[in-house]
Amino acid sequence: MRVSMTVNGKAVSGEVEPRTLLVEFLRNQLGLTGTHVGCDTSQCGCCVVHVDGVSVKSCTMLAVQADGASVTTIEGLAQGGKLHPLQQAFHEHHGLQCGFCTPGMIMSAADLLQRNPDPTEHEVREWLEGNLCRCTGYHNIVKAILAAAQTMRGMAKAAE
Amino acid sequence: MYAFDYHRPTSLAEAAQLLAGNPEAKLLAGGQTYIPTLKQRLAKPSAVIDLGRIAELRGITEEAGGLTIGAMTRHAEVAGSPLVKRVIPALAALAEGIGDPQVRNRGTLGGSIANNDPAADYPAAVLGLGATVRTSKGRAIAADDFFTGMFETALEPDEIVTAVHFPKPEKAAYAKFPNPASRYAIVGVFLAKTAGGVRVAVTGAAPCVFRATALEQALAQSWSAASIDGVTIDASNLNSDIHAQADYRAHLIKVMAKRALAAAG
Ligand SMILES: Cc1cc2nc3c(=O)[nH]c(=O)nc-3n(C[C@H](O)[C@H](O)[C@H](O)COP(=O)(O)OP(=O)(O)OC[C@H]3O[C@@H](n4cnc5c(N)ncnc54)[C@H](O)[C@@H]3O)c2cc1C
Ligand code: FES
Ligand code: FES
Repeated sequence: MRVSMTVNGKAVSGEVEPRTLLVEFLRNQLGLTGTHVGCDTSQCGCCVVHVDGVSVKSCTMLAVQADGASVTTIEGLAQGGKLHPLQQAFHEHHGLQCGFCTPGMIMSAADLLQRNPDPTEHEVREWLEGNLCRCTGYHNIVKAILAAAQTMRGMAKAAE
Repeated sequence: MYAFDYHRPTSLAEAAQLLAGNPEAKLLAGGQTYIPTLKQRLAKPSAVIDLGRIAELRGITEEAGGLTIGAMTRHAEVAGSPLVKRVIPALAALAEGIGDPQVRNRGTLGGSIANNDPAADYPAAVLGLGATVRTSKGRAIAADDFFTGMFETALEPDEIVTAVHFPKPEKAAYAKFPNPASRYAIVGVFLAKTAGGVRVAVTGAAPCVFRATALEQALAQSWSAASIDGVTIDASNLNSDIHAQADYRAHLIKVMAKRALAAAG
């Protein structure tokens, strides 16, 4: 089957089997290997991308289901060579160790911050229910997300 | 995953026709249960019929004082809906507690109740509120008749859930003791004071969601924590597994019932 979608602002299309997962299409056919696969059970969240503006597990969606959709992956966050505030904050607050969970963490957090620009620490921790990290103990991830939220609120204010 | 054909109907009539003509075909809603099942090769459908583009299966409307929610309405839509929060806040709170944000962004009401996982949350609300399940065959199935056993429902193989109608309760609340890893219910209790009496639905504890009639009778006499304390829950039909023994689940039913009572007011 032919699928067409917008990925990180660019129109793409490709030939897939109905059973091809969205994450397989992104990684194997488009070469966007920033989206990771960490489990077989839809539990780890390493594969989180945005489809039509909301975060989903790309390992639990068929590529054909995303036909016609607009998809954003971790590769689509940095603008004009400048890291997204979340990426910058993970860097500054040591929000990663091995980095395997990081793309999913950041894409999930980006969805939280677009719904709730000023979350409490508790709200951040609750939101990360579907993102597992085997390295950090989450503490610096939460710190990074709260710091990015603050930066982004500042940017929004400056833009007013 | 085994290979399958893929159909993407844009109307309910088309979906029903595809399903009727194809006994080995399966419906795909949010995919949050079925895609993991396919990935583990636990299912081998000839075709997958994706309900995702059928607009008439989606949406939340106020009807006869209660709510009618389309089968393809996502958990996140129910959780975030101002209408649901106003008419049946317990339902919005229940949806907010399902799985994680990404599961809620894809998973649907219809998929959850058609699947009837023994530990799923929505079946407790459907049964606890005495809701009605509407189908592609024009049937309106009372909740009491819908959930027939573990992963079993009253649906015929070629029947599609189209919507669920929830009457508005006087008071209602849901409390669950979640499995810390999956968030599925180890025990979940949905309590409602309705025009037709008190209803108490329990999920997670047994092979299928059920009504705790002893608790219903006690709460009908007196809507109080003391009534719950006075009831003995029979553990003989409850599940024992790596997560919890039957007697512990029996204990949790009363604890969750009291938490739901406190939340319902
Ligand atoms: C990590 C994780 C955590 C989860 N935690 C929870 C939790 O805490 N509580 C909870 O309740 N659930 C939980 N779930 C399950 C989730 O809520 C699912 O979304 C839900 O059970 C199935 O809905 P779906 O729309 O994804 O259906 P699908 O997976 O697409 O379909 C499920 C089944 O229902 C059938 N079906 C779908 N729609 C219809 C219809 N309209 N008519 C007839 N048959 C239909 C399909 O053919 C299939 O057999 C979790 C899932 C995951 C992956
Ligand atoms: S790869 Fe683990 S949830 Fe998608
Ligand atoms: S940084 Fe290694 S899994 Fe999170």
